[in-house]
Amino acid sequence: MIWEVFRQDRKGQPFEHAGSLDAPDAEFAEAWAREQYGRRGESVALWLAPRDAVHVVGDWADEFDLKYRRVDGYSIKARLKEARERAAAAGTG
Amino acid sequence: MAAVEISRDEQAFLEYVQGGGQVETSDWLPADYRAKLVKFIEMHGNSELMGVLPEREWILRAPTLQRKLALTAKVQDEVGHAQLIYRVVEDLGKSREQCLADLVSGKSKFHNVFHYPTRTWGDVGVIAWLVDAAAIISQKALLKCSYAPYARIMKKICWEESFHILHGRDVILAMVTGTPAQFELVQEALNRWWGPLMQFHGNPIPAEDDPMFLWRIKSQGNEEARQQFLDGYVPQILELGLTVPDPQLRKRDDGVWEYTEPDWAELKSVVTGHGPCTAQRLAFRAHFIDQEQWVRDAVLAA
Repeated sequence: MIWEVFRQDRKGQPFEHAGSLDAPDAEFAEAWAREQYGRRGESVALWLAPRDAVHVVGDWADEFDLKYRRVDGYSIKARLKEARERAAAAGTG
Repeated sequence: MAAVEISRDEQAFLEYVQGGGQVETSDWLPADYRAKLVKFIEMHGNSELMGVLPEREWILRAPTLQRKLALTAKVQDEVGHAQLIYRVVEDLGKSREQCLADLVSGKSKFHNVFHYPTRTWGDVGVIAWLVDAAAIISQKALLKCSYAPYARIMKKICWEESFHILHGRDVILAMVTGTPAQFELVQEALNRWWGPLMQFHGNPIPAEDDPMFLWRIKSQGNEEARQQFLDGYVPQILELGLTVPDPQLRKRDDGVWEYTEPDWAELKSVVTGHGPCTAQRLAFRAHFIDQEQWVRDAVLAA
């Protein structure tokens, strides 16, 4: 049984995927994960998850062009220039 | 952000990895890429596993309790690396049992430096310092490997290797500041190991002709790695009053190191199973795989 190992460097930091191990149950998985990822105090916590229990999402369709949700969905350069020019013209006129 | 779509096309895949892209186990991988990954990563795992044997021979003979404990810890680290690495190979489709079977039958290879004897405590110091230094240069370049699961475990491996180099330097410093006889043990060990160390990074084929570089399994060429080793460690060797046993060795004005051509015939002969300790060490490994079968049986039956 394959277990995915996630480790945390310090309290408050995100858990990061560190590797995987082969163990018949959680007790064995814990013993080996402690040896591999914690024996020098390099992790404050570990998450061990059976690989089969991880629901993977990896496809990101964008059929509806949802770029208004992202910063690359906005191009303000030309309009900002125009607005500044108008303001400048109004100020001097 | 949209995830990068990797086309089921070898050329597109090649361009993707050459542009610095990384892939996961679940992505489509070209057959040749997968085969090269297995070969490369398996040899790395083999080397970690075989690499503990030259040092293991000195655990019982280590000069102090502190050294005995440090050496034992190092052996545990390296075996741990082998476990992590074989796990990556398993996800690529080759079982650990098969890796071990191919190792002991001589079908797969391990690094040249682990085929040589460890004659004195001086050799233990030179291995821990300079062999590990040469290895860490290769391993640091693997942090950028196009195969992400391998690159990720390399973080932990490199981190532990940095302890090993420090341990090696400490052993060497204790000896070079000791009696003239102790200093001489270090110099003699350096003389024995210099040839294998210069062969370690492989023949200087251009990176573009190296299939491992082409697929960005490695991120640098062999000669680049050797130059980096010389640049980093020759000054450290010389400052201790030791002599590098190569009269041709010099750094040119343009920063490139010149050296006597390493013995490539020796390298080839050693890694194909004809090194001075190859047979003995493989027999030892085979014996232990056999003897420890009951542990695997007991765990799997749990």
